[in-house]
Amino acid sequence: MANSPTHGWRPLRLVWVYPDLLSTYGDRGNVLVLERRARLRGMPVDVIEVNSDQHVPADGDIYLMGGGEDLPQVLAAQRLATDGGLPEAVRRGAVLFAVCAGYQVIGTEFGGAEGQPMPGLGLLDVSSVRGERRGVGEILADVDPELGVPRLTGFENHQGVTKVGPEAKPLSRVVAGVGNGDGTEGAYAGRVLGTYLHGPALVRNPGLADLLLTWAVGQQLPPVPAQAEELALRLREERLAAVGTPQ
Amino acid sequence: MRARLATTVGGAAATVSRLAGRDGSVIGGVIGLRLEPDLLSLLSVGRQVILVTGTNGKTTTTRLISAALAATGQQIASNVFGANMEAGLTYALSRAPDAPLAVLETDEKYIPAMIKATRPKVVVLLNLSRDQMDRAAEIWMLARRWREALAAAPGTLVVANADDPLVAWAASSAGAVTWVAAGQRWREDSWCCPHCGAHLARHGDDWSCRECANRRPPVRWTLQDDQVIDPAGRALPLRLTLPGRANASNAVVALAVAEAFGIDAPSALAEMRTVASVAGRYTQVQRHGTEVRLLLAKNPAGWLEALDVMAPAPVPVLLAVNAQGPDGRDTSWLWDVDFRRLHGRTVLVGGERRMDLAVRLEADDVAFRLVDDIDQAIDLARSPRLEVLANYTAFQQYRAVVGRAE
Repeated sequence: MANSPTHGWRPLRLVWVYPDLLSTYGDRGNVLVLERRARLRGMPVDVIEVNSDQHVPADGDIYLMGGGEDLPQVLAAQRLATDGGLPEAVRRGAVLFAVCAGYQVIGTEFGGAEGQPMPGLGLLDVSSVRGERRGVGEILADVDPELGVPRLTGFENHQGVTKVGPEAKPLSRVVAGVGNGDGTEGAYAGRVLGTYLHGPALVRNPGLADLLLTWAVGQQLPPVPAQAEELALRLREERLAAVGTPQ
Repeated sequence: MRARLATTVGGAAATVSRLAGRDGSVIGGVIGLRLEPDLLSLLSVGRQVILVTGTNGKTTTTRLISAALAATGQQIASNVFGANMEAGLTYALSRAPDAPLAVLETDEKYIPAMIKATRPKVVVLLNLSRDQMDRAAEIWMLARRWREALAAAPGTLVVANADDPLVAWAASSAGAVTWVAAGQRWREDSWCCPHCGAHLARHGDDWSCRECANRRPPVRWTLQDDQVIDPAGRALPLRLTLPGRANASNAVVALAVAEAFGIDAPSALAEMRTVASVAGRYTQVQRHGTEVRLLLAKNPAGWLEALDVMAPAPVPVLLAVNAQGPDGRDTSWLWDVDFRRLHGRTVLVGGERRMDLAVRLEADDVAFRLVDDIDQAIDLARSPRLEVLANYTAFQQYRAVVGRAE
């Protein structure tokens, strides 16, 4: 990516994919957190919101996909496949962060409104089906140590069961909650990352936000001024403590 | 005979539980239903029942309809304190065995079963948007269930907001519909056609599907600023005591219901103007020399409306959020609310989940101070007035404090 926090080249392009279909749980939060943490490091940011009747530009740096109900999820998958912009962006090395319904859509297959298998975009080697029960509640998970991101804290609300294929790795191991359904949570490969932590997942996980930004700019980022993330870290600690760590 | 016996027992149980200091309206219904599972159905026989549902405005609209129907001079049964599932409805009817009219706020998930049980004369559909999704069904699914339930009740008149595409789609299966242009402030849940999924074209309040025949139906009643346009095309000023666009919208819906009972709009309006607060909402109280007004909103659409209702700067604002069971345990919805309109105001932040709110406001560059309780907020505000906006249990906590006389 032709971008650097130290040289201040062209703005970081954040592309929010289909807020009209996939933004059921405050997904705007991820856009705002990435934007804020980039700006705190002096990086200019352009936020591009792309609705499902518009073409997805392929020249973004970070793509964000949120959660949605069954029917909008199916519509989003169909329109993204027809449009082709997002797959092209991923081929070109863009970062993709997808949560909940978006996580399922970027996989190879997911369960449709009646549970029938629907083709995904195949941007991440995961496949999902509808499970028996909804997983609803706070979730804690320990991230793959290779990524250097502290424990995840978030909220999940989904009925998906997701299998991570050989071309991807689980993002984390569940400490409390459901996640993928096999003790792991989320998945990643290259610069594509998906998770069941829904909605504003990056709000309580600034480390994950910084991982995405680091991938996008291709180098280590300077730290955020301590005062600027004091509230986020207080919220994070409060939530981690509230859920506790089951033995 | 058995229904009457069960009713008596239900009433007795409620009295007992109220003496015990608990909410009588639910427990009375619960016990009655255990003795007679068809109790609600039996209690509905021979009455004209109105069921009121939607994501926001149920309690207020129920109150406004009850006020309007006072013009009939008939006794009205109503679940005025918002217990809006089967037990609450049952208790409301059992408490007023002789009331020929019943105006019943009904939870949006339970409306299909309640239509079946009460065989209502009128069903009111206000709006449908995201709300407490950790426990509620998804809203497209809800709209589909409404649609199926109304198709199975062809004798029921539906009064529905034509400006909400999900509501309009759900209502269009009914035998008869009075369409009301009640407006739609929150549109984030209705970008797409509920019938075919294509993008909707929007021009002002008008909408139509770009691909199928689904479009906004022709309306009989219209909210236009602070006036209502009646079916004859006459403009009447609403002049409600209740504040805000959302309540104007609720009032126009109530007028359409009143019409179905032969009450003309001027008479209905005169009654509705006497409503000044609803279950503690919009109540103004004096506390430590500050006039405090309490607003309740539970979801993004409700907060959007409530932020509009607030008195403008420099009146300070206290925002409070909890995430107990009745609030929904997930605070993600805060990120769907645009707080930038609070720029430059004195903002205080309270509630059990005030850190969630704090981080949200920080992202919108809204300056604020954290407070532990409402008295600290009053203290810091140093203002003759304070506007308070809280979600459900946070509202109840504040109301318990300021509701008491000084």
